[in-house]
Amino acid sequence: MTQQPSNLSATSAAAGVSPGVLAELRSITGERGLLTAPVDLRTYECDGLTNFRVMPQAVVLAESAAQVQAVVRLCHRERIPFVARGAGTGLSGGALPVANGIVISLTRMNHILEVDLENARMVVEPGVINADVTARIAAAGFFYAPDPSSQSVCTVGGNVAENSGGLHCLKYGFTTTHVVGLEVILPDGQLVHLGGSALDSPGYDLLGVFVGSEGTLGIATKITLRIVKRAQCVQTLLAAFNSTNDAGAAVSAIIAAGLYPAAMEMMDRLAIEASEAAVHANYPPCGGLLLVEMDGATAEVEANVEQVEALCRSHGAWEIRRAKTAAERTLIWKGRKAAFAAMGRISPDYIVQDGVIPRTRLPEIMDEIATLSDESGLRVANVFHAGDGNLHPLVLYDARVPGQEAAAERLASRILELCIEKGGSITGEHGVGEEKKLMMSKMFAEPDLETMQRVRCAFDPLHLSNPTKVFPRPRLCGEKGGKYVPHPLETAGVAERF
Amino acid sequence: MSTQTALPLLSGPELGERLRALAGADAVRPAAIGDAIGGVSAQWVVEPHSDRDAASLLRFATDAGLSVIPRGGGSKLSWGNPPQRADMLLCTLGLHRIVEHTWADMTVTVEAGCTIAELQRALAKHRQRLAVDPLWPERATVGGILSTNDTGALRLSYGGLRDLVIGMTLVLPDGTIAKSGGKVVKNVAGYDLPKLATGALGTLGVITQAIFRVHPLPAGTQTLQLQPAGLPSMQRTILDLLNSDLPCAQMQACLASGVAPALYLGLEGTEAGLAAQEKAIRERAQPMPLSFATPEVWRARQELWTPPEEGVYAAVAKLSVLPSKLMEVAAALDRLAQARRAQWRAVLQATGIGWMRVEAAEPASAVELFREMRTAIESGGGSLTIAPLPPRSAAAELVNGGATSLSAENVIDFWGGAGDALPLMAAVKRQFDPQRTLNPGRFVGGI
Repeated sequence: MTQQPSNLSATSAAAGVSPGVLAELRSITGERGLLTAPVDLRTYECDGLTNFRVMPQAVVLAESAAQVQAVVRLCHRERIPFVARGAGTGLSGGALPVANGIVISLTRMNHILEVDLENARMVVEPGVINADVTARIAAAGFFYAPDPSSQSVCTVGGNVAENSGGLHCLKYGFTTTHVVGLEVILPDGQLVHLGGSALDSPGYDLLGVFVGSEGTLGIATKITLRIVKRAQCVQTLLAAFNSTNDAGAAVSAIIAAGLYPAAMEMMDRLAIEASEAAVHANYPPCGGLLLVEMDGATAEVEANVEQVEALCRSHGAWEIRRAKTAAERTLIWKGRKAAFAAMGRISPDYIVQDGVIPRTRLPEIMDEIATLSDESGLRVANVFHAGDGNLHPLVLYDARVPGQEAAAERLASRILELCIEKGGSITGEHGVGEEKKLMMSKMFAEPDLETMQRVRCAFDPLHLSNPTKVFPRPRLCGEKGGKYVPHPLETAGVAERF
Repeated sequence: MSTQTALPLLSGPELGERLRALAGADAVRPAAIGDAIGGVSAQWVVEPHSDRDAASLLRFATDAGLSVIPRGGGSKLSWGNPPQRADMLLCTLGLHRIVEHTWADMTVTVEAGCTIAELQRALAKHRQRLAVDPLWPERATVGGILSTNDTGALRLSYGGLRDLVIGMTLVLPDGTIAKSGGKVVKNVAGYDLPKLATGALGTLGVITQAIFRVHPLPAGTQTLQLQPAGLPSMQRTILDLLNSDLPCAQMQACLASGVAPALYLGLEGTEAGLAAQEKAIRERAQPMPLSFATPEVWRARQELWTPPEEGVYAAVAKLSVLPSKLMEVAAALDRLAQARRAQWRAVLQATGIGWMRVEAAEPASAVELFREMRTAIESGGGSLTIAPLPPRSAAAELVNGGATSLSAENVIDFWGGAGDALPLMAAVKRQFDPQRTLNPGRFVGGI
């Protein structure tokens, strides 16, 4: 069942893009760079969040920054809203088309432009697949740290838009930690450079604001990445507990001991069940499974892993397994990375959420989720980044049963409200997009949202770049809050405002 | 609130009265000579006790067309161009509480006027720290280090302030109190305004509170010293260590005119871990001599700002280049300094960020030297910004036009080039501070 989002852009008056404009687009992109047939456009009507669908007027398959710039200039002239799109794997509807607008796909811009191992930098086009960045430098012992579970498909440009995380962001940070420079086409078609290859460029950190802005501030056409040397030693283990509460207590003890794992993930019984059915990672059946990875200098890691094992045991772990080979390590993570997709084995439909809570409040929220699940009769599987409190509750339902989808949505929303109540966030990595923009008003007060939108007004006063996403209510640019106050020089008759 | 007074611009005692009415009599005093900013005198100093009071003061100043200079500890107050005007100095020291140290979640919420040393002492009670090593921690405040984005050698392994700050309260010139980010490290809801305000020199809003992620204090630390034969050897060693799998927490080269360069490595870990790391580095660096050093070497950066002797002019600049260009910069500095008969010292960190101090008989030599360095560095995609010495005495600063600092003499732009995004930065400034209330003219491009 598809939803009609609150999606009409404030500035799109025309009912569609005129044939004249389409012809002009075609002259920029060439015949093979523009899709207009409905059967072709349908592929782009949604992203990874399939219950919101909007048909775009056209899709541009850009092959160069010059093309992106020319298309955006045209959109600016004609006041056509546009949505940039990478692989379309996003889970919050960030790449959902805007009615009366176009989609600009970056997937054809998939070249790695520069590799500078000496300075640990790479320059890539936005359509390069995340995993391909690491593949290119793996032989030299480097990797690109942000590793979302969709990394074999998702693009770096999309990662930049969402500030994607991944399993290892506990220690290594997020996309924003690994992007040092951008070439950006602003919504008026200007090309600017944010940041650079050296750190701390003078001026405002517009680079830091752009990363994670979900395509609302312009389109990145070149991305300078920071790459990281692989640690000398990696140790991965899994520990089986009777409950997620027990596992959570072990996590707290690990943190309190000053240990600093590269990754810490947790899965509950239902998540394990689904994952086993799909990829057979051979997880022990248990109430709470903890996956821990430590990396660093060999002597350091050896000592720390001993300590982690001891802490797990003293908090009730009844089985602990250490990966002895790279293959075993991959298998341990395979089960976790396949968790979402694996839900299809145990349920026809699901809604995944992306809430964050302070880690110490994990036991509370797990209890509350269990209660909500019992009350609604819907199962909830839980997978989470235990180290940083980022939960992925998977609300399982069957859309064929009347009322279940609505009940699932209510449950998912209620979980996010609980996250806010506990001082957390409505999104740790999937983004606000279309899906959670109304919840922004619950997480932030009006002045907070208004202030963020001032940035948007500086970049995109005409609201053309992914205009309907992130914020529940657009702020008209050029308006000042409050009534007009004359400048003292005006009052004194010294100056005039015109 | 629109009734304006008969005078176009409030000043003098009348202004003082209005300020007292807003912030309380004990929070307002006339500015003294020591409150000057880059040689520009202020009228009044206000020290609000709450962010609501700060908001009222800012809104009042904006309505009245006055300018506001935020100040924490004042240790870096002269960084940035001198302000075009300075009516009100807004001191944040009244907002100094550590609001909440949620140690089990590894985060801390702290007000902007808290000093770094005070914060670190509180965090150490649970064996944690804010993983940053700024200048003058006993004096520098949270708001100050954020506004100037001041970081040291720990940046190599823990990232900069933009990576450590996760939430912020910003008071805007129109009196809006805006929160962004949050109390959790993983959070992509909304725009990353804490990053925007970091390094913005207080030109977009006054930071009143920040939330940071904290890290465990290391079990143990060790400092090693390597003596490369010369600059090329130093460069090779830095890159080799950076790209090895040996984790160095800190790495900096200390150089000076006529002195053999030294490379310092800071290690962190358990006793066993440290011993193994030291052994591995020794083997890798052979036959280069390796010895142990004391942690004092990490103060070398701060020592660059030591006041010079009488009759000597000293100036410091921050540079940022790619790590592979560090020794090229040092060589250029040495060449240019010799040509001008100037002395120099530099602390260059493996992140590519460094600081250089130049001493000359008169300021013109130092200025020209920095200009030439800036041209060379900018052509390679880097940057060079001035980092003035704290004034020798406030009176000297005013009378001599700031004899110990270059930018007070207005002969060299503090910031250098801002690239093609400058108009966009100006647009952001206009959205946040259309009346140019905060630090007018102090930022890049005269923003």
